[in-house]
Amino acid sequence: MSAAKFPPHTSAPGVAHEAQAGAEACRDLEALAGAFLTPGRAAVRLAILGAAVVVAAAAGCVFGGVHISLLRALTDPAGTDHAILFDARLPRVLMGIAVGAILASVGAALQALVRNPLAEGGILGISGGGALGAIVAMIVFSQTRFADETVPLAAFAMALGATLAVYRLALVEGQLEPFTLLLVGVIFNAFWGAAIMIVNSVVNFYYAHSILFWLIGSLEAPSYREVAIVSALGLAGFAVLMTRARDMNLLSLGDESAAELGVELHAVRRAIFLATSVMIGAAVSVSGIISFVGLIVPHVLRLAFGADHRLLLPASLLGGAAFMVIADLVARSAIAPAELPVGAITALCGGPFFIYMLRREGRRPLVS
Amino acid sequence: MSDTFTDDGRPALEGRDITAGYGASDALNGVSIEVAPGELVAIVGPNGAGKSTLLRVLGGTLRARRGDVRLFGRALGSYERRALARLVAVVAQESAVAFPFTVMEVVLMGRAPHLGPFRFESRRDLAIAHAALKRFDLLELAGRPLHELSGGERKRVFLARAIAQEPRVLLLDEPTAFLDMKHVSDIFLRFRELCAGHRMAAIATLHDLNAAAAYADRILLMKDGRTVAYGNPESVLSEDNLRHVYETQVYVGRNPATGTIAIFPGRAS
Repeated sequence: MSAAKFPPHTSAPGVAHEAQAGAEACRDLEALAGAFLTPGRAAVRLAILGAAVVVAAAAGCVFGGVHISLLRALTDPAGTDHAILFDARLPRVLMGIAVGAILASVGAALQALVRNPLAEGGILGISGGGALGAIVAMIVFSQTRFADETVPLAAFAMALGATLAVYRLALVEGQLEPFTLLLVGVIFNAFWGAAIMIVNSVVNFYYAHSILFWLIGSLEAPSYREVAIVSALGLAGFAVLMTRARDMNLLSLGDESAAELGVELHAVRRAIFLATSVMIGAAVSVSGIISFVGLIVPHVLRLAFGADHRLLLPASLLGGAAFMVIADLVARSAIAPAELPVGAITALCGGPFFIYMLRREGRRPLVS
Repeated sequence: MSDTFTDDGRPALEGRDITAGYGASDALNGVSIEVAPGELVAIVGPNGAGKSTLLRVLGGTLRARRGDVRLFGRALGSYERRALARLVAVVAQESAVAFPFTVMEVVLMGRAPHLGPFRFESRRDLAIAHAALKRFDLLELAGRPLHELSGGERKRVFLARAIAQEPRVLLLDEPTAFLDMKHVSDIFLRFRELCAGHRMAAIATLHDLNAAAAYADRILLMKDGRTVAYGNPESVLSEDNLRHVYETQVYVGRNPATGTIAIFPGRAS
């Protein structure tokens, strides 16, 4: 039984043959050039974003409560400009770069994981756990000399603990199920919020400001050592995410189709989830819960550059860094010499943006 | 296309006595099917007959509770996922994409099982995707985001993606749902070309009995997860079989143009 039913003239040259069709196909391919991501186009776009990070960082160093001269700061080691740059602004700008890069790239990866453009680090209940850890450690160790070390450590540990709990609870028949993951995350978030409120109402009024710091998120006074640790953890997690960039593209076709294209679903989801958890844990341990960065940055970049995660992930890394440095610059100059928490700035931009997205996406289902 | 598998007329994909299902009940009960290189086999039957379940088992996304699935003589479960994806392509009944990927990007995803994790597509991959787009009349749509397309256009994109995968076996769940009459016959002719030209084996679930009669080499007729009849279209699509399966009167005649059998609902007068 063969295809004999059909006349031989219908058996056109096959795909592989057509692949060598030559000049005509080449011309057609040129016409398709805008339809997909090429390495050249990715490189140009990343270079633009890289330049944006440099410009934002320079602005973050120069501007603020007082303007300083970079030239004077670099040439006169005894001057105040030097002190302001290296003791205050530079570590803060570097921390903004690290935290912004983490939040935005984690947002892009988690959106791919749960196949929903409204996901971000804060939604999965991990940063809330970290904030609770930080607050409890701050209160318990406040009278000891270990306070500076224990608070970020406790935040990181609690973030990882929350990760494990959410992960275990989101397993359905041994598989990480995206929708369950989202629901478990939302519930955990509410739980951490309640726990923090209870702590807030029983402790001394003196702690209220610090608790607010963890809840809204801020980049106040980081040390170079913290910057180094957060950057290292962030880069390690990001490297794992990059190995899964193509799999993230395939995941957006749905689980079954992704599996049929060779994706080992469980291994990929576990890698993405654990890598993002370490990254969020690192960010939250120094800056508290800074919301909406992970939502806005990947969304804007996806509109501008397309959905391919091989570009979207590194673009979010750079775009998040630039966005965070600028947001922090606004936070510390808007009412200088007093300071707004940067999380308030990002949330202020993010809230309306989120609504806009919901309304815009409302015309078609968000999760399909 | 690589030719690591000998084409000696033995089945490319075969399922023996498959029992499978979801939850406590079995949606499939002891069904057997096979397809040889170059063949197109249709699975027909009413809603809930277990057609899509059978396709899932054959594609490796649902594990059979009993029975045996072999791909080129080797147990399906012994293939690594990516290796399997280089041999078998599946087009699901409904497909959507979560983010604004373009048509070209979705078709290029068919090349993923052939590429390492960091690699961008080579010129050859692009040419293969281009040929697949051309085959399904999609060149003009290549740069459009998928969610802006109609249901029928989207269906063709997923067919093109499956072809770009360069599979040896193609599994199609209702490939012609949402398509207009012209595209239905076009698409079946293209499948036949692929089957004949590449010795590709295809299994398709179909609601359209006339399409099954016209284009399939063999037909598996199912009801309630069991085989009712299996063989060539003339013997399977008999009035008796169809009346039993669909619980309605049917009349089987011939298409005057092609000479293949044609099924009409309603009583013969």
